[in-house]
Amino acid sequence: MSAIENLFAKLRSANRKALMPFITAGDPDVAFTGEVLLELVRRGASMCEVGIPYSDPIADGPVIQASYTRSLDKGVKLRDILTMLRETTPKLGAPAVTMVSYAIVYRHGVEKYCDAARAAGVAGLIVPDLPVDESRQLLDICNSRDLSLIQLVTPLTPRDRALRICETSTGFVYYVSVAGITGERTQLPPELAESVAWLRQQTNLPICIGFGVSTPEHVKLLAPAADGLIVGSALVRRIAAAAQRPRAEVIKEAGDYIASLVAALPGSPR
Amino acid sequence: MSTNIAPAGAPIGSAAAGPDARGRFGQFGGRYVPETLVYALDQLQAEYAKACADPAFQAELDELLEHFVGRPSPLYHARRLSAQIGGAQIWLKREDLNHTGAHKINNTLGQALLTLRMGKKRVIAETGAGPHGVATATACAHFGLPCVVYMGEEDIRRQAPNVFSMRLLGAEVRPVASGSRTLRDAINEAMRDWMASVGDTHYILGSVVGPHPFPRIVRDFQSVIGRETIEQCRSRLGRLPNLAVACVGGGSNAAGMFYPLVEHAEVELVGVEAGGRSPQPGDHAASLTYGSPGVLHGSFSYVMQDEDGQTSPVHSMSAGLDYPGVGPEHSYWKDAGRVHYTSCRDDEAMAAFDALAASEGIMPALESSHAVAKAMELARGRSQDDVIVVCLSGRGDKDASEIARLKGVKFG
Repeated sequence: MSAIENLFAKLRSANRKALMPFITAGDPDVAFTGEVLLELVRRGASMCEVGIPYSDPIADGPVIQASYTRSLDKGVKLRDILTMLRETTPKLGAPAVTMVSYAIVYRHGVEKYCDAARAAGVAGLIVPDLPVDESRQLLDICNSRDLSLIQLVTPLTPRDRALRICETSTGFVYYVSVAGITGERTQLPPELAESVAWLRQQTNLPICIGFGVSTPEHVKLLAPAADGLIVGSALVRRIAAAAQRPRAEVIKEAGDYIASLVAALPGSPR
Repeated sequence: MSTNIAPAGAPIGSAAAGPDARGRFGQFGGRYVPETLVYALDQLQAEYAKACADPAFQAELDELLEHFVGRPSPLYHARRLSAQIGGAQIWLKREDLNHTGAHKINNTLGQALLTLRMGKKRVIAETGAGPHGVATATACAHFGLPCVVYMGEEDIRRQAPNVFSMRLLGAEVRPVASGSRTLRDAINEAMRDWMASVGDTHYILGSVVGPHPFPRIVRDFQSVIGRETIEQCRSRLGRLPNLAVACVGGGSNAAGMFYPLVEHAEVELVGVEAGGRSPQPGDHAASLTYGSPGVLHGSFSYVMQDEDGQTSPVHSMSAGLDYPGVGPEHSYWKDAGRVHYTSCRDDEAMAAFDALAASEGIMPALESSHAVAKAMELARGRSQDDVIVVCLSGRGDKDASEIARLKGVKFG
């Protein structure tokens, strides 16, 4: 059983939900990223998603794109990120997955990337620009290394295709809340919970909702329908302040923010 | 002249075949896009298939190309330029004489018709040099569709007259300040818009790049260039040219010229990339010449990238060639050995611009000047019976202020 499967099995048996923060690796530097990851888990995150900066992230909104640009402008390389993860994951106590463009995976070699990720203690991959139709090779390689390949379903995905994605996804299914790019949103579609509930009846895979989730109200509203919630831009925006302010302060605020979302989860012990 | 957008399939396995059902030209192409866009791409693919089978669609496009664009575009024998070189005859396929001054209109009208067929109410586009933006704004004005054009801030600076034209035509030009502030970032921004607007918006992509089915659709709409060239060569020369030359940024005018010629093995095909200032990384935009296979903008093709797969900075004095990727079919033709890709530096292209302006009274676009430069070089030492056709993809008026800046001339 993979680390992610283990996590959700435990959460489900305790009738609890996952809160999964996303942060950009190397913004403002990889050491800081490692410290933030530890704080996020300490404050209740069940799993962490680490964004590997990419020069042309078409699925990402301005906040995450700008954080990728800052990281790349500082010369952060994949090997620096993997080194940090190798040092951090044993202390983390929660699975870490990388959000990574296929451009990067392909350039390094699909097998090499997966081997390196595995060696760094990474539990899974989210490859947002690799739709199910193109994912066969990567899926086979992930399966042979006990890495999860988390695939995405969107409100525009036809139902038969959504089922196909669930069949090939491993770890969990990433349900994109809205047709659009990443970013905070004041309102999420009213039919979202219903769509997720439908999908949840079709598959045993855990389903986590991301894109636009940013407030305790969102968490209260959506958590009952899903197995977990993913928070990205709202956290990345808070962390972006780290360049100008004392780091310990920024780390604490990031932790406070995540704790406020965790507290809004149903069945939360906190 | 029929535009025949869906030509009878070339022999399977020939260099002209493709793409396959998964959008692959050999190993190149495909769809590396967020799941949200798969829906829109499937919809576009289905509508395009229906349009290809609909004679009314063909007829409407033909009518527009003849009476709105002014096709067929002339095939012009550049006698004085050829005589000065003293080698092969240089003939120019005059896409610069199209309405809006470049080949881009061939594609935007076709895709605007597809937009209407899909019942979509809004159009977005990216532009580098501006001709695709102007051609999209023109097509949208013609059909009464609201239009938003994404354009990098650096390109807005280089191409101010085109920005003004787009606005006069009713389009909204949205400056893109991210990344290199050029064509590549404009495509990123258009894709982001499309992610959130796929329900009512069509993205008129301007080159043979991007995810399937764009490389095929744009190539098909641009293939009118090559088909007319074949017909014109046969009627005026009684034979096909020895050589066809076209500039390659994303590669749409080259794909349009080459695709109908690919099956004629006796015709040499040469694609000319932007050699920029030098062969040093960052000094040029020649992905096929110096790049390696990778993923950019939804497609697997040659790309300028670093060891991590990050897209590398590129340079060309011509905004339309200042792009770190290239259409997947060009990558296929390169690896298949069917098309020879080479490059030409900024200064060589500028010299060709001057030569064509002085000898023929034709100011080529800076993009097209790269093809002219390479054709002049290839003409030297060839027999005067040989014929080189150059795709003169656009006119140079748009570049006047940039050329003045590059030459250190102040005016106005």
